[in-house]
Amino acid sequence: MRSLIFSLGLMCLSTLSNAFEAEDHAVFGDEDAGQVLRIISTADIAFFKPMIQSYLSDHPDVAVDYTVASSSELMRALYEEDLSFDLAISSAMDLQTKLANDGLAQRHSSSQTQNLPDWAVWNEMVFAFTQEPAAFVISNKAFEGLPLPENRQQLINILRQNPEIFRGRVGTYDIRQSGSGYLFATQDARASDTYWRLTEVIGTLDPKLYCCTADMIDDVVSGELAIAYNVLASYAEQSAQSDAFTIILPSDFAIVMLRTVLIPTSSEKPELAAGFLDFVLSQTFPRGTSPLLQSTMLDDANQNALHRIRLGPGLLVYLDQFKNRSFIAEWESAILQD
Amino acid sequence: MTAPTTKGSIRQRLLILLLVNAAVVGLLLYLVVQSVARQIAQESQDNILAASAISILDSARVTGGEISIDLPYSALSMLDSVTDERAFYAIRLNDEFLSGYENLPRPGDYVGGNTVFQSAAYLGEDVRIASTRRSFATDQGQAFLEISVAQTLTGMNRTLTRISSISFGVGIGFFVLSALMAMLIARSTTRPLHRLTASVSRRGPSDLSPVAAPVPSEMAPLVSSLNNFMSRLQLSLSRSEDFIAEAAHRVRTPLAIVRTQAEITLRRVEKPENRQAVREMIRAIDESSRTAGQLLDHAMVSFRTDHLSNETVNLDVLAQETVERLQPLSELREVEVKVVRLDPAAIRGDSILLQSALLNLLDNALKYSSRDSSVEVSVEKDDTEIRIEISDTGPGFPDLDSGQLLERFARGANAEGVVGSGLGLTIVDEVVRAHGGTLTLSNKTGGGACVVLSFPLG
Repeated sequence: MRSLIFSLGLMCLSTLSNAFEAEDHAVFGDEDAGQVLRIISTADIAFFKPMIQSYLSDHPDVAVDYTVASSSELMRALYEEDLSFDLAISSAMDLQTKLANDGLAQRHSSSQTQNLPDWAVWNEMVFAFTQEPAAFVISNKAFEGLPLPENRQQLINILRQNPEIFRGRVGTYDIRQSGSGYLFATQDARASDTYWRLTEVIGTLDPKLYCCTADMIDDVVSGELAIAYNVLASYAEQSAQSDAFTIILPSDFAIVMLRTVLIPTSSEKPELAAGFLDFVLSQTFPRGTSPLLQSTMLDDANQNALHRIRLGPGLLVYLDQFKNRSFIAEWESAILQD
Repeated sequence: MTAPTTKGSIRQRLLILLLVNAAVVGLLLYLVVQSVARQIAQESQDNILAASAISILDSARVTGGEISIDLPYSALSMLDSVTDERAFYAIRLNDEFLSGYENLPRPGDYVGGNTVFQSAAYLGEDVRIASTRRSFATDQGQAFLEISVAQTLTGMNRTLTRISSISFGVGIGFFVLSALMAMLIARSTTRPLHRLTASVSRRGPSDLSPVAAPVPSEMAPLVSSLNNFMSRLQLSLSRSEDFIAEAAHRVRTPLAIVRTQAEITLRRVEKPENRQAVREMIRAIDESSRTAGQLLDHAMVSFRTDHLSNETVNLDVLAQETVERLQPLSELREVEVKVVRLDPAAIRGDSILLQSALLNLLDNALKYSSRDSSVEVSVEKDDTEIRIEISDTGPGFPDLDSGQLLERFARGANAEGVVGSGLGLTIVDEVVRAHGGTLTLSNKTGGGACVVLSFPLG
């Protein structure tokens, strides 16, 4: 039945191969530990490792099996292939909401979840534990002598006025491949028309399209890109070569994505999963010590300009195949101007 | 007096009926409030679902013979605006599924309009579904585009729980209020009955006058029956007293003649056994005549206490007169009557009655005294009362325990061989009470009876 109702636009993303593809895999803790917690996540191992290690130091009898997959592969693993994972961590809020909405997530309630702010929990199924704004990441070298853009309009002007600098050196998500990219794009478009103007301008500059934030940052660091648009600021902040670029939260509005975690119904150890979930939340709220969240950027930003994406069925709208098809068509016509 | 047999209680019955009534109405109130509120809550949920479905339908347009739908963001986000709800939708063109959740239950017939609602279970939860449709001209001809939007019932159930507890509170509150009212009503309904009971039982023993206090109309027949009954009783009582008085009067005169004749006969008779028989005859005649006299006295007392005259009576004078009047009798019985003390004492009352009472008391004292003994009479007055005390050296009262001696025709256990009717103390008691006083009977420690009449002053 699940495969029958699975009628998402993301089907066209995952071409023809049927088995879900993991990008990376690691096991933390004692291999012979009594219990193994199986996590599927869109976050890189390096990104999430501190959290797992911190958890394991308190729970030596647990091993964590950590699988990294793209958000659409994560969706496929849980939705289509019914694989068993104890926790699903994803930055694709829409897909996480879809999993919960369609009855593939377990409810979880504890003293920890009771204290969450409203925006951080949906239906006792989906829990947000990071706030990650989408930012401009600008190569310091490429922008020598240029004013730094503070908002989208300024970025448009700079791009228009300096096509010789930026041709082939603007990077952004390929929203056909990246769930996060699609989410940012749709929320951008919902918030302002400027998004489409910017996309068209980027389209004229022969942009590079990426699947992942990390690749974009790497290319900014290497100098291949002058600017990357809609990059997860949290990744950029953690980059080792952060002096090579500047992260700018657009002052008109900055989309804030929430990285969320849920316990799939396929979990074989829901209690262990709930324990880990509560641990993650305790590191995060209120003002926890999560190594993931030491973002000074959010604190400094104008709070009114932060557009936190709201968890809820509204996110399902852009997963509708009509909507998805028409949005991607529009995006393609703006960005692919060959 | 035997207690009346009772069956149930008006007040209890009224109370139970009112409480049952309150419980039924309270329950009804609970159910009605709940069902109305449920309906309203359901309607408001339906309205939101319908608005969502219609907004999707409104976003549909035909381009080049094909339907395209630009799902509005608000269509689904509005379903989640207050409480976290899971939301589902399905878009179908005729029977062809286009987008959304293919297995979402379809509506039955579109009855009375193009929007219908249904409740169903979907993906393990109860949902409410609104479906709406519109006809479009596509390249395959006219087709119905049907939009179904569904929502889980978290918020709805929360509302219903609240409604349920509110309506429960309303029901209970109504019941409690009604119960209080019921108690007040029951009490106030039976109050006239209690008032009537009190007014009847407060009456003196011989008060047979009709009940005059106003009563509720429902009780009027009862009261008028009661009044009627009492007036018949009064009539029959006074008739029998009249009859007794008349009979006594008629018997007394012939008895006097018979006694005179018997005394004359006694003088003539010489045989001792015949003399003895005549003496016994005279004694019997005395007893009968005395009884007749006291019956007359009693009838007189009854009559006069009902119509008590209100003159000043000097009790000291009255006592002196009474002692003098009984002088012949005391001499005959060789009993000395000593007036020990005579304080001047005046009260308002009926001198004939009071004298009759004193006569009876002195007569009793003389009767029960042995020869050569004495009877003492005193009239004392202090700040609070006037006391008339008459004491003798006779055998005293045998049984002081009860008020039995004051009943009509009751005689003490030691009265045998003494002429008497048993009416004497009854008369005294009635007279004293009619004057607001009390009669106290006691025995002296050295032997002999002591009777005290006390009349409070003021």
